[in-house]
Amino acid sequence: MQYEPVIGLEVHAQLKTKSKIFCGCSTLFGQGPNSETCPVCIGMPGVLPVLNKTAMDFIIKTGLAMNCTVAPYSRFARKNYFYPDLPKGYQISQYELPVCQGGYVEVVVDGSVKRIGLTRIHLEEDAGKNLHEGIEGASHVDLNRTGVPLMEIVSEPDIRSASEAAEYMRKLRAILRYIDVCDGNMEEGSLRCDANVSVRPAGQKEFGTRAELKNMNSFKNVQKAIEYEIKRQIAIIEDGGRVVQETRLWDANQGITLSMRGKEEAHDYRYFPEPDLVPVEVSKEWLDDMRATMPELPDAKRERFAREYGIPDYDAMVLTESRALADYYEKAAKLSGAPKQASNWIMGDVLRELKNAGAEAEECPLEPERLAGMIKLIESGTISGKIAKTVFEEIYRSKKTADEVVAEKGLVQITDAGEIGKVIDEVMAANPQNVEQYRAGKTALLGFFVGQVMKKTGGKANPGLVNDLLRKKLA
Amino acid sequence: MELHSLTLHELRDLIIKREITAKDAAFAYTRRIGQVEPDVNAFLTLTPGKTIEMAEKADKILNGVQPGAGLPALLGIPIAVKDNMCTKGIKTTCASRMLENFVPPYESTVTAKLQAAGYILLGKTNMDEFAMGSSTENSAFGATKNPWDLSRIPGGSSGGSAAAVAADMCAAALGSDTGGSIRQPASCCGVVGLKPTYGRVSRYGLVAFASSLDQIGPVTKDVEDCAIMMNVIGGHDALDSTSADVALPDFTANLKDGIKGLKIGMPKEYFVEGGIDKDVYASMMEAVNVLKSLGAEIKETALPHSGYAIATYYILATSEASSNLARYDGVKYGYRAKEFDDLLDMYKRTRSEGFGPEVKRRIMLGTYALSSGYYEAYYKKAQQVRTLIKRDFDEAFRDVDIIITPTSPTPAFKLGEKTADPLQMYLSDIFTISVNLAGIPGLSLPCGMTSDNLPVGMQILGRHWGEETVLRAAYAYEQATDWHTRKPGM
Repeated sequence: MQYEPVIGLEVHAQLKTKSKIFCGCSTLFGQGPNSETCPVCIGMPGVLPVLNKTAMDFIIKTGLAMNCTVAPYSRFARKNYFYPDLPKGYQISQYELPVCQGGYVEVVVDGSVKRIGLTRIHLEEDAGKNLHEGIEGASHVDLNRTGVPLMEIVSEPDIRSASEAAEYMRKLRAILRYIDVCDGNMEEGSLRCDANVSVRPAGQKEFGTRAELKNMNSFKNVQKAIEYEIKRQIAIIEDGGRVVQETRLWDANQGITLSMRGKEEAHDYRYFPEPDLVPVEVSKEWLDDMRATMPELPDAKRERFAREYGIPDYDAMVLTESRALADYYEKAAKLSGAPKQASNWIMGDVLRELKNAGAEAEECPLEPERLAGMIKLIESGTISGKIAKTVFEEIYRSKKTADEVVAEKGLVQITDAGEIGKVIDEVMAANPQNVEQYRAGKTALLGFFVGQVMKKTGGKANPGLVNDLLRKKLA
Repeated sequence: MELHSLTLHELRDLIIKREITAKDAAFAYTRRIGQVEPDVNAFLTLTPGKTIEMAEKADKILNGVQPGAGLPALLGIPIAVKDNMCTKGIKTTCASRMLENFVPPYESTVTAKLQAAGYILLGKTNMDEFAMGSSTENSAFGATKNPWDLSRIPGGSSGGSAAAVAADMCAAALGSDTGGSIRQPASCCGVVGLKPTYGRVSRYGLVAFASSLDQIGPVTKDVEDCAIMMNVIGGHDALDSTSADVALPDFTANLKDGIKGLKIGMPKEYFVEGGIDKDVYASMMEAVNVLKSLGAEIKETALPHSGYAIATYYILATSEASSNLARYDGVKYGYRAKEFDDLLDMYKRTRSEGFGPEVKRRIMLGTYALSSGYYEAYYKKAQQVRTLIKRDFDEAFRDVDIIITPTSPTPAFKLGEKTADPLQMYLSDIFTISVNLAGIPGLSLPCGMTSDNLPVGMQILGRHWGEETVLRAAYAYEQATDWHTRKPGM
């Protein structure tokens, strides 16, 4: 039987505000335990929260970027449960009236655009961290992270495969980084994802019983965990069993999901409106102000790149994945005057280098200015594409310009027909048999001659010219 | 006349005229405390060292200013603070085992304002645990006695503050009021107590009981003192999002303008003969005559949803409390059970041992009301009724400027009389609770004595932000009578 997976994601994005959501403490990471705390985030008796306006700005921008309705009136709620890393015994979150409702993001699935609906986006505070390691007979609590602002982005159950889920995550990350509200680092936990996964026989309308997956800390793990979970659920059903509603943890080492808690152990969070905070009213002016600060978003940029620079849709999509990369490309394209060349070099060599170094576009040691300089040399015929590979290696790993490298190493392309002709003559003289065979009709040997000429000129000969001259002389 | 029996404004006049020093004032009260506190038990913590230090500081300021020049409003005035307001470096226990040794690392906004105004702290006053109760019998550290009759309760939960003012152990005190906790003890002890409009006074540093109802206010010897205290503690605070950004008037400015033509409403639901103590009823009727004689116009008014106030209150207040008190879990500060098996066991034992029975009762009620499946029927419904109660007052205030009621249906009852029956205890606040639900200001002032020589209090209610009118009416009545000058024979 054919099965259709039904997937919805709950993504937590940590906002890049300087201070926490309800107090003035810093959101810096890697500080000593409990160093970034105050009476408010420790939950001392009598303290009160005060909403960080920048956190509101950020969620409004996110709502605008993801086509949501930004509520003119929203409010916070308390989510009550006991845990040592939750100092107040409740988390301030949103329940009935979140800041953003509805909305969607578009992802490319099998070459076509698919819209993934959003249910809501709301603001909440992060909890602290329990520390168990290295402490004999005790656990400690670090509250530095308590009160760091989080945004929860809840999707509709619109996702139909593990790769679609990963694509959706990538898209969310791209948008959040574009509008500069979240650094999108999954490994460090500034972007976290829980997945609700169920399967149903193809064609059936009702959803199957879902499991909630947690602990997936990379795009790859999101995809793998969901893939595994889909297979696991199908196997249960095929065996005549029933999927149970539960929370499951992804174990990346074993590559499996494990049961964490069942439905009967589910908490009753006793949500109710937070009486210490007044409802937030977002005026038209506030919304307009935020709209005015919005940068061009990935989808709009992708369309514009394809149109303006005449590059393939796929290239445009890759190049707009991050704002830094898009900016990099656009600079290189404009400065070199050769947008297609620029796209080829960035899609190929630049991204390969970055991937090897595990670096982002903003960390690229080769500035778009120097890359453009090299592309200009190719365009003007000063160096060949092949020589350019050598030049690229050199300029990527140094601070030199392409002009400097070409001058230093004497890499200027030979475009003098006489000079090339001389080399061709030498090659033909050294390989009389091959010349004969060529002339007898084995024209595939042309490549051999080109290779020999290039070898003799150290790759500097203009390939087009070499081809032309060879054909003439061999004829 | 002894210094300790003076009102705040009388004491302040002597200090301004340099007839006494701040230290004189401080010593007058510490001596008085030494005499009567053993009988009354109004304080949980006395701060003699701090008292002297602050008095010396006040005298230094006093000596640095030319006579005739302006002084901070409370310079050299000895004041007591209810033990649910955080005072940096000074124990703040909420009369609970849970916080028996809790020393806040920060100062509440109200006490910071008192400091800025030059006050002298005498100590922290007794209360019902976490402000839950109407008799101060729910204190984990022993009940406070009513200075008028030591076998009776002083009211609650700000019983320590009211008793301390009544027994002249301070010039004034701060209390907090969630359902009547300033006004009912003020009534029981024959002093003046004001619960301001919700949002008038910052709650930052007030240990929360029910956030949407809690409000700090003064307990004083007369109405003028109350106005002076309000000038100091009122105003917007950036640290409390629910404190309103409305202009703070000078509450003493129009205090003495009289009440000629003022329209006063008497809600028919509150004046049912037989529903309240006969002496209380008689005192109220007499008060009405006094008000009429001062030129006020008395009108009957209606508050049709009054009957639902107590039920509504005990759902909303306990719901908020169940969440507000979740932080006392033994992890970070406060009491932690000595022995436990695991985390859950530590929570259970810590909270079972650290909280008293009334606090546990309310946490359970609130937890229940918020539980999934019950939320709509209880919490949601109660919020809707709260809106109706608010509307009752809005309606009433279209026709009248203030409303008067008895503060409490009975005078101070005997210690132990109602401890076995929580519902009877809850009824002590029947006239005060709807005021918190509506968020309007309410003041209690002495308006008579029962045949047992116990004080009776009259409650005056005003519109949102209408404290000036409430204080003006209270002042006019007070000046026409002498109830506020009566003292318990201690």
